Amino acid sequence: MLRKIRITLAFIFFALLNLILLGAGWGITQHIAFVAKLQFLPALMALNFGVLALLVVLTLVFGRVYCSVICPLGVMQDVFGWMGKKAKKNRYSYSPEKRWLRYTVLVVFVVCLVVGFAPVTTLLAPYSAYGRIVNSLFKPLYDLLGNALAAIESNYDSYMFSEVQIWMRSVTAFVVALLTFILLAVLAWRNGRTYCNTICPVGTILSFFARFSFLRVQFDKNKCKNCSLCEKNCKASAIDFKEGKVDYSRCVACGDCVDKCKFDALHYKPILVASSQTKTTADKPDEGKRAFLTGATLATGTALFSQAKIKVDGGMAVIEDKKEPHRDVAITPPGSISAYNMNRHCTACQLCVSNCPNNVLRPSTDPFHFMQPEMSFERGYCRPECTRCSEVCPTGAIHKITKEEKTAVHVGHAVWIEQNCFPVSNGDSCGACARHCPAWAIQMVEKEIGGKTVSVPVVDTAKCIGCGKCENLCPARPFSAIYVEGNKMHIID
Amino acid sequence: MATTSVVLQACSKNSRQTKSSDGSAVTDNSPFEQMTLRENPNNGDKVSLLGFGMMRLPVEAGGTARENPDSPIDQQAVNDMIDYALEHGVNYFDTSPAYCQGLSERSTGIALSRHPRKDYFIATKLSNFSPETWSEKESKAMFERSLVELKTDYVDYLLLHGIGMSGGGKDAMNAFYGRYMDNGILDWLVEQKKAGRIRNLGFSYHGDIKVFDMLLRWHDEGKYHWDFVQIELNYLDWEYANEINPRNTDAVYLYAELEKRNIPAVIMEPLLGGRLAKQPAAITRKLSERDSRFTPAAWAFRFAGTPKGVLSVLSGMTYLEHLQENVRTYSPLEPLDDSEWTFLLNLARDIYELKAIPCTACNYCMPCPYGLNIPGIFSHYNKCIAEGTMPSAASNENEYQRQRRAFLVGYDRSVPKLRQADHCIGCNHCLSHCPQRIDIPHEMQKINRFVESLKQQIV
Repeated sequence: MLRKIRITLAFIFFALLNLILLGAGWGITQHIAFVAKLQFLPALMALNFGVLALLVVLTLVFGRVYCSVICPLGVMQDVFGWMGKKAKKNRYSYSPEKRWLRYTVLVVFVVCLVVGFAPVTTLLAPYSAYGRIVNSLFKPLYDLLGNALAAIESNYDSYMFSEVQIWMRSVTAFVVALLTFILLAVLAWRNGRTYCNTICPVGTILSFFARFSFLRVQFDKNKCKNCSLCEKNCKASAIDFKEGKVDYSRCVACGDCVDKCKFDALHYKPILVASSQTKTTADKPDEGKRAFLTGATLATGTALFSQAKIKVDGGMAVIEDKKEPHRDVAITPPGSISAYNMNRHCTACQLCVSNCPNNVLRPSTDPFHFMQPEMSFERGYCRPECTRCSEVCPTGAIHKITKEEKTAVHVGHAVWIEQNCFPVSNGDSCGACARHCPAWAIQMVEKEIGGKTVSVPVVDTAKCIGCGKCENLCPARPFSAIYVEGNKMHIID
Repeated sequence: MATTSVVLQACSKNSRQTKSSDGSAVTDNSPFEQMTLRENPNNGDKVSLLGFGMMRLPVEAGGTARENPDSPIDQQAVNDMIDYALEHGVNYFDTSPAYCQGLSERSTGIALSRHPRKDYFIATKLSNFSPETWSEKESKAMFERSLVELKTDYVDYLLLHGIGMSGGGKDAMNAFYGRYMDNGILDWLVEQKKAGRIRNLGFSYHGDIKVFDMLLRWHDEGKYHWDFVQIELNYLDWEYANEINPRNTDAVYLYAELEKRNIPAVIMEPLLGGRLAKQPAAITRKLSERDSRFTPAAWAFRFAGTPKGVLSVLSGMTYLEHLQENVRTYSPLEPLDDSEWTFLLNLARDIYELKAIPCTACNYCMPCPYGLNIPGIFSHYNKCIAEGTMPSAASNENEYQRQRRAFLVGYDRSVPKLRQADHCIGCNHCLSHCPQRIDIPHEMQKINRFVESLKQQIV
């Protein structure tokens, strides 16, 4: 029963979280964004005390159900563990708690959190790790499917699906996600919740409270026949049936043992009485199915590389791809207040990246902002009606803003590059940047350049909001004649 | 313009459609009567009222070169259509060195040369649009190459192509002088006519009325004789060409000028690139209510064929089905009576009010140096008008959201993002290429503003 409830709830949370992490939209994003906001570290980053208190109380009452139900990385590992158990039954065994490792990692994590060294915290954060896996590995497949459906329905005058670009936002983030995925899949396949109970800082923090949980799995000594099934099926390696003990700091309250016990000797119930005991030997983990798993992840990776190319027709001019210019200051999305605020709060879960419908956000490769989002405009620009990233961000790195507020946020300012500008370089009159500027920050002004009078753009930086429309629509390629420099602190009118 | 599901009345003698046993409307495959022929007053040529325009030939990948520019012309389909056309009395074939990315003449030559030369008339043009081909040498070479491509030693109808269009950075008048007068080419063509290599010499007109008037004045003065003139004529352009675009001239004027000189008129754009064949339901309903025997395309063809001075009505046909339907419409022509004529002219008002962009998808503007798919953008916009799915403030909320999505998703599907209207920089290179004289950059900005307002939901 406990197991069924756990699986049902986990399925619901996991499905909803995947939906938003895939950027599925369907017009329900803002209604299901709460599943991201319930995540522990994002809530901590956002100083969302309500959620934090809720999670602590939850753990004090039920044990680490957070790890079994709410945490997507935990659920993902359960999926692999379940597959591992299919391959070989009764595969787990008890192992003592590796407290020194758990606490070392936690200390390192907390220190990095306090000094604001993002690369370590973002790498260790479980929810963020899962977000990156979805963004880098699953989203391309999801988009591929959507594009295929769009291609099919376009024959039937139907407009449910729209085609999206599939592109590599960051090689680094992809590699990190792939490695995380492979490592966790292998660990979970062989040993269940190894990561959660040795590395994961959230797991360690919650374990402090779980040790004192009100409801917990307990042995009924009178009924126990020492069959060892419970220990062999404990993915957290937390049951020592010989001693009749459960390590509640590692138990994730999954209910598998209760379900497995043929003698009704295990119960998930309020703290009361104790245990019984027997002996068995542990099974060796199976190495057999690893190859398949690695193969599968590699296939996922290859699919990502087959990016949709821009279709070029014969009767049409070839359009060169834009290249990202060097920016002295990276641009962070409206609502993130400042580079500092972004850096301090972002756990690099890629939720905003997945949800950006304009292909603007991508993970940073700067080591100090490792995989945190930044903006660039080769494929699109920050559209005025869109506030998606601010709606989904669970950490307070991007605060919720309305589209009206967004018009008053200056995330950067445009810079003109004379030698790239068409009126100067090839003599064609243009003015695209001025015509498209939504903030009326660009004016075309007659100037004498190289002995002739040409009409060139002049940017009023006080008005420029840094949306990147000018950069994106500038006809100069591969480098635009106008590009946006970030503002370290967003100027707000 | 394939047979539409029109409610059928009792079949009269002239019925174009009939009912199959299951009650659905099917095309009548019974033998046609004779194709209507018009006599050229200059030399007695009996020309079919339906002329075959060779500018929208099918390509192997499907559709025309506009949809699939890289695909080769489907020669088998061209052969089949030309065979069918000749078999059913169509004997006027109009091509140009510029059509189908320069491959139309060759394809036409291959298909036609399989038949006796006396069975058909070839019309082609001196399409020296590019200033590099304005020289005497290049222009003459163009004509000679046409003969080679068409596998013939004479052209029945030769046209100066696109008179009245500007070009080479010059206005229409100077472009005309640059292309045909300063280089002596017009005089040379007159000589070729005397030598029998050209049987009829004329011009096709788009654009600046000053050039049209001047050429007809020359005709009056006996300076040059025009055996025929090709003009754009249809029931929308008859009285609205000038209202749609103040720089254009109503067809009623152009035709009257030709008629009073007894110069035969060859008609182009009878359907405005298909726009008069595909119309909003409100328009087709009126047409059906008036006489459901005729499809919207058939109505337009009847209009264009009704004036007696019309020698041939050209249709750039891609599909055999369109050819069959058009052949049927003119076998024989059932001329419009006065009330029908007035009815169509009144209907033109309704069509004008739709404010579609007057693009006929001729592709002359392409390639845009900045990669835009100009006819693709216009045709998506016009398609939404024609299908009555244009989102507007007048629609109710649900309908608006549905139409908005259909417009935006459909836009991305029919034109890749990088080739959409927002990438127009207003360089104006396209302006001189457009025979309809559309202010393309202006329209692009208009469409982009519309798209923006849809995206921001502020229509």
